[in-house]
Amino acid sequence: MSAIGGETAAARPSFRAPVKSSMWRHAARQLMRNRLAMLGLAVVAFMFLFCFVGPLFSPYTDNKINLAQMNKPPSAQHWLGTDALGRDVLTRVMQAGRISLTVGLASMALSVLIGTLLGAVSGYLRGLVDQIIMRLADLLLTIPGLPLLFIFGALLSDWKVPTEYRMYIVMLMLSFVGWPSIARMVRGEVLSLREREFMLAADVLGLRPRRKLFRHLLPNLMPLVIVIASLNVGGAILSESVLSFFGLGVMPPTPTWGNMIDAANNLIDFQKRPWLWIPPGFSIFITVIAINVFGDGLRDVLDPRAGK
Amino acid sequence: MHTETLLEIDALEVQFHTDEGIIRAVDGVSLRVRRGETVCIVGESGCGKSMTAMAVMGLLAAQAAAGQGHSVRGQIRFEGRDLLKLGKDELRTMRGRDIAMIFQEPMTALNPVLTVGEQVMEPLIEHLKMGRKAARRRAIELIGEVGISRPEQIADSYPHELSGGMLQRIMIATAISCGPKLLIADEPTTALDVTIQAQILDMIRQIKADSDMAVLLITHDLGVVAEMADYVVVMYAGKVVEEGEVEELFANPKHPYTRGLLRSKPVLGRRQDELYSIPGQVPNPLELVPSCYFHGRCEHALPVCQIREPRLREADGGGKVACWLYEEEAAHV
Amino acid sequence: MSEPLLDIRHLKKYYPIKSGFWNRTVGHVKAVDDFSLTLRPGETFGLVGESGSGKSTVGRAAIRLTDKTGGEVRFRGIDLHAISAEELRRLRPKMQLIFQDPYSSLNPRVRIGDAIGEALLEHGLAAKAEIRGRVVETLEACGLSAWHYDRFPHEFSGGQRQRIGIARAMILEPELIIADEPLSALDVSIQAQIINLFRKLRETRELTLLFISHDLSVVEHLCGRVGVMYLGSMVETGPRDELFREPLHPYTRALLSAVPIPIPKLKRERIVLRGEIPNPANPPSGCKFHTRCPFAEERCREQPPEFRNVGGERFVACHLV
Repeated sequence: MSAIGGETAAARPSFRAPVKSSMWRHAARQLMRNRLAMLGLAVVAFMFLFCFVGPLFSPYTDNKINLAQMNKPPSAQHWLGTDALGRDVLTRVMQAGRISLTVGLASMALSVLIGTLLGAVSGYLRGLVDQIIMRLADLLLTIPGLPLLFIFGALLSDWKVPTEYRMYIVMLMLSFVGWPSIARMVRGEVLSLREREFMLAADVLGLRPRRKLFRHLLPNLMPLVIVIASLNVGGAILSESVLSFFGLGVMPPTPTWGNMIDAANNLIDFQKRPWLWIPPGFSIFITVIAINVFGDGLRDVLDPRAGK
Repeated sequence: MHTETLLEIDALEVQFHTDEGIIRAVDGVSLRVRRGETVCIVGESGCGKSMTAMAVMGLLAAQAAAGQGHSVRGQIRFEGRDLLKLGKDELRTMRGRDIAMIFQEPMTALNPVLTVGEQVMEPLIEHLKMGRKAARRRAIELIGEVGISRPEQIADSYPHELSGGMLQRIMIATAISCGPKLLIADEPTTALDVTIQAQILDMIRQIKADSDMAVLLITHDLGVVAEMADYVVVMYAGKVVEEGEVEELFANPKHPYTRGLLRSKPVLGRRQDELYSIPGQVPNPLELVPSCYFHGRCEHALPVCQIREPRLREADGGGKVACWLYEEEAAHV
Repeated sequence: MSEPLLDIRHLKKYYPIKSGFWNRTVGHVKAVDDFSLTLRPGETFGLVGESGSGKSTVGRAAIRLTDKTGGEVRFRGIDLHAISAEELRRLRPKMQLIFQDPYSSLNPRVRIGDAIGEALLEHGLAAKAEIRGRVVETLEACGLSAWHYDRFPHEFSGGQRQRIGIARAMILEPELIIADEPLSALDVSIQAQIINLFRKLRETRELTLLFISHDLSVVEHLCGRVGVMYLGSMVETGPRDELFREPLHPYTRALLSAVPIPIPKLKRERIVLRGEIPNPANPPSGCKFHTRCPFAEERCREQPPEFRNVGGERFVACHLV
């Protein structure tokens, strides 16, 4: 009886064989159907081009002080007007964007790296290591983030850290404050992944712990990590802007969106010179929203908990 | 014994609109349940048996996944009235009072934050307009009638405190509380142990005998069908492929799928060396072409089976079958 | 009689119940309670039971996938729970498990060819260059095709995934396979295919199979010896023909009479049990089955019966036999 032989899909199928596809390709296709998320992505892409490529087209990149042109409203030569030192606002917004985006991305990358590593180790090894890491995370989480950053910022000023280094220190500070909540989410996911039957199957096969961790556990962690990363970038950009707004982050003359708003934080500029604070404020707003919308879309297609 | 038609499903079509295309979950199904009769719909996963039941109860919207549209065509007549055309309120009154339904997973079908007593009381208050005291008394009575000892105690328990078998009995108590004319049971014992299943099936048979209630039983287990059914409807890929009186169907199965199913189940007490198995697997609902949907797995497939759908016709010996082997036209293709 | 392949003696697996502020242990769920079984090389043993019987736990403890609370498990004479983790890991290829749920037992992110071949690689059982060939061979032996190698689990049906799970176990050429309800999640027509696959694989090489199931019809078809479990203990064992023809324990008799048979209007003597399966955390005294047994006597409530030999290879734990 050729029952077994005839059982393969080749036996006169009344359906097509499935197209070869990985989870990523399938997810990408689904994501592309989400118009809002694609719009978010487009805006983010635009902001990147705007900030990194834009200045190449500007004649004002040397940031020369030109008092004759100070505080002029938007005109043909200066599309967004000039600031108190006669510098072109449009160019400064673009340059500021470079810093804000870089700091946002870099600090997110660092906090995600630290958080994922510690969270995974914590969840996988359990025991004492788990306890230590989690109590450390708890400790950091009980301290309100913004005040902590302010303290760091004030320390930086007190120690008279040179401005070139401030940007990097700010990145480190933000990662330091950001990793605990990421670690907890990753740990939770690792705890649940560990118990999944395919992990038990890996045990049955007698695979070495290292292989189980890297080949089986980590790839299943990636979707969550990607979602966490994308949803944290917006927060990082905001935090950097807030810091700079309070004069504790990156200092002038290096522009960031935050310190540009800070410079316009007086009654006259606020009332009479909206071109000084609306462009940087709007840039923060649109960038963070676009990133969050895209991150939401990513989560809809990647989040393992959103149901199969 | 059974003469008056209670439920008549006429050319029912249920379609789900997914991103990848249209899924014809139920594709032109007609069947009839008479007063006091037990009709079993039997088939494997994806054949559309559950969706047929959901359509009768008007529960399709809840079945569609998020973002999926669905459409229903055809008629479902209960005591002459088309259920698909009823307004929400009318349907609601009918549900629970005249037609009741029990599901496969009693744990999820019951509300975890209400006691089981409250849940048995609900239809009594809602449909029979009983006062709370009277409803509670009747509820406790019902819980006792479904074979649960110490019903007052159990009435005050929550679903998570009870076992699967007890919860299924509670579901049955709720379902029969208003004396429905038709009970729809969607795989009611699939999630239960064999010894509990025997108890539940016995109970359903007893209730049927006492109250002349009709039952539409959906299952994949041919043993359950043999025990419970008066009439059997076999479904495959959204269509009815064969139907008939239970004894005739089991003695003389006509459709190759029915025959395959019967042969591929090991039967207790009957030893076989090699077990027959139907080759291949259920086709992808998104990729069905006009043909007999079973032809890819059928040993007796004819050339016509690949290009045209056979119609459900009367067969010799009673019953109906949808298969080109039984059609004279097939020879002329 | 040849040396037993798997020798389980008085196995116990208890799960502590913790309660209260200090998380004290207030009791135990006795998932497996004094279970013994000896498997001979080449035999197929069917372990039958309903929920709470502990049959799945036995399967896992038998190859030390979970720890035991008491008793002994020897595989070819080696005490599995006494050896180190590394020694156990190296022994794994010889004893494999097939899981119930074909949907969760495969890693969704690993291509199935890799999933099947990786243990071969890991244990050095084949040279790197040979692996692909061996995987394809095994795929075909299990009713799949070579071009399935690069696909992901979600592209397959339930029956196909179960075949992948079986291929993954078979490629290691194990001496013992424990199949934990391998058919429960599958459609009826697919179940028959998988049953036939097991038979075929059994013929190609000497394989000892512990087939755990609640489906008595399948067990009767496939197994040479059968054991029935209730609430953590074995209540009856014996050769298949004898046990099915003449069941001795009241639970076995009730179980057999409860199985629905696809023959309409069949006249059967039905033994319907009273009540529900008791909570394993609070099992009845004496014979654990006495609360539901239609023949229970005074002594059944007071004294647990001994699991004893009643002739040939038949063992029963019942006062009335």
